[in-house]
Amino acid sequence: MTDLILTPNIDGADDFYADLLAAHEGLDKSASDALSARLVLVLANHIGDRAVLDQALKAAALKQE
Amino acid sequence: MNKIFEVPLYAYERSPDQDAPVPVRHKVIVVGAGPIGLGAAIDLAQQGVEVVVLDDNDKVSFGSRAICFAKRPLEILDRLGCGQPMVDKGVEWDVGKVFFDDRQVYEFNLLPEEGHRRPAFINLQQYYFEEYLVNRVRELQAEGAPIEIRGRNKVEAIGTHPDHVKLEVETPEGSYTVEADWLIACDGAGSPIRAMLGKDFVGRVFEDNFLIADVIMEADFPTERWFWFDPPFNKGQSALLHKQPDGVWRIDLQLGWDIDKEREKRPENVIPRLKAMLGQDVKFDLEWVSIYTFQCRRMEQFRHDRVIFAGDSAHQVSPFGARGANSGLQDTDNLCWKLKLVLDGKAPEALLDSYDIERIHGADENILNSTRSTDFITPKSEMSRTLRDAVLDLSEHYEFARPLVNSGRLSVPCTYDGSPLNSADALDGPARTRPGSPCPDAPLKDEFLLPKLGGKFTLLTIDADAPDVIEEDGVEVTRLALSVKDDPTLELKRRYLGDNDSAVYLIRPDQHVAARRPSFDENMFRHAIRRATGKE
Repeated sequence: MTDLILTPNIDGADDFYADLLAAHEGLDKSASDALSARLVLVLANHIGDRAVLDQALKAAALKQE
Repeated sequence: MNKIFEVPLYAYERSPDQDAPVPVRHKVIVVGAGPIGLGAAIDLAQQGVEVVVLDDNDKVSFGSRAICFAKRPLEILDRLGCGQPMVDKGVEWDVGKVFFDDRQVYEFNLLPEEGHRRPAFINLQQYYFEEYLVNRVRELQAEGAPIEIRGRNKVEAIGTHPDHVKLEVETPEGSYTVEADWLIACDGAGSPIRAMLGKDFVGRVFEDNFLIADVIMEADFPTERWFWFDPPFNKGQSALLHKQPDGVWRIDLQLGWDIDKEREKRPENVIPRLKAMLGQDVKFDLEWVSIYTFQCRRMEQFRHDRVIFAGDSAHQVSPFGARGANSGLQDTDNLCWKLKLVLDGKAPEALLDSYDIERIHGADENILNSTRSTDFITPKSEMSRTLRDAVLDLSEHYEFARPLVNSGRLSVPCTYDGSPLNSADALDGPARTRPGSPCPDAPLKDEFLLPKLGGKFTLLTIDADAPDVIEEDGVEVTRLALSVKDDPTLELKRRYLGDNDSAVYLIRPDQHVAARRPSFDENMFRHAIRRATGKE
């Protein structure tokens, strides 16, 4: 089983973070929430593996295993 | 208004029971002549069990009500001798369209699997469904089968005893007492029998109202299922358009919780809503309007000694997914053969406990699915709406999001995994035919598999030897010998053999698999028969 990666894994982390902020630029709260929701769904589908998704849900909730 | 609602189908007639000096005892009394009660009665009568149906009304149901019937119930109706008129009259459909806001986001085709006698779904008004069942009852009566429907016979009181049930029945000519060895309560979600026995019925109430309208129109809407999320003509809510026979269209409009039901039902309020949906120029007549709310709940147990609940009286689901009447017919399909064996003294009463286990499993699956559909269609929080809308927006552009769109997961029969009637799987075969599964149909040159299985215990052998008949403690099992050569499409092989060269299946009267093995083994199958009849 693949484990959820919880160590640094993005090359150019600062650039990615800037891209993420830029995607929300000029959007009001509800449009931003909608974008975040779509992004979560796109990424979740890319991962696909239910066990990894389950770990991600727990990690995002800041719940320790 | 359609004539069929007006004509009594089973008018009140005085029964000799009403003049009997001592209460007459029947084998089985079914309360409720809806789809489930009639299905149960036909099933029992076909097996020679004497049965009386009591109904407080004398007509078919008013309005279209249940309209979507799935393949498995149609297969059950074939066994009950009335599948064909349903399929002949019903409307078949494969294409669905999903709309969000003012646009179509995608279209799907159910692409039903080939090699089945019956279609995935038909749409048919409940009143036709009931009429065809009553026709079948009349046919059985003409053949001398022990079945009777008593219209305007309303159960007023019930007394339960260890070996029978006593009923007080109110008729237009006064009340009478009647008894039954067994009572099957098919008296709907508001079950008076359940209330009289003071049994629980707990679950989740959904705070929402739906306007449901049957509209007759000459319009060139195609035979498709159209579902709208948040359409301009019903902002913030949902809508459904579905075709029925006779140019009748079913329309469901979500209205929200805080409304005046009586006001919303008036034609002067309904018609503008429908015009906004269908277009101002479309001509239509309103046949039936109703407002419903719904709940997802079930009884803790379906069997209470000699009283057995089936259909909506035992479990209620939201209408999304067509799991009401469809699952009710699977209840009685599961129950009637067991009751017959118990009545004949060929199985212990404990066999009926498996009805509870198996159908509660089915009810829970249906409640889970319909609750999830409801949560998608009517989001309960701001965040669930944001996620729901995100799924819909993505579905317009990307295929991956479409399986997440949930406007009702249409009814499929459940597999009784873990049932005490199953024997351990002894075949490394297809998962879809593991013990507990409903047998999938398969083509056999000029006919189909399921009608050949019929409604008795069957030993299905595919390229395997076995005795033609096995009798185990009063239970007779007849062999159906097939070969993969009987099906040039190879579906029989794909569905029942997988990589094996041969297989032997023990199949229950309700066409669920009880046991399977690559070849016949007398000891193993005798045990399997005992197990499938509640003896091990």
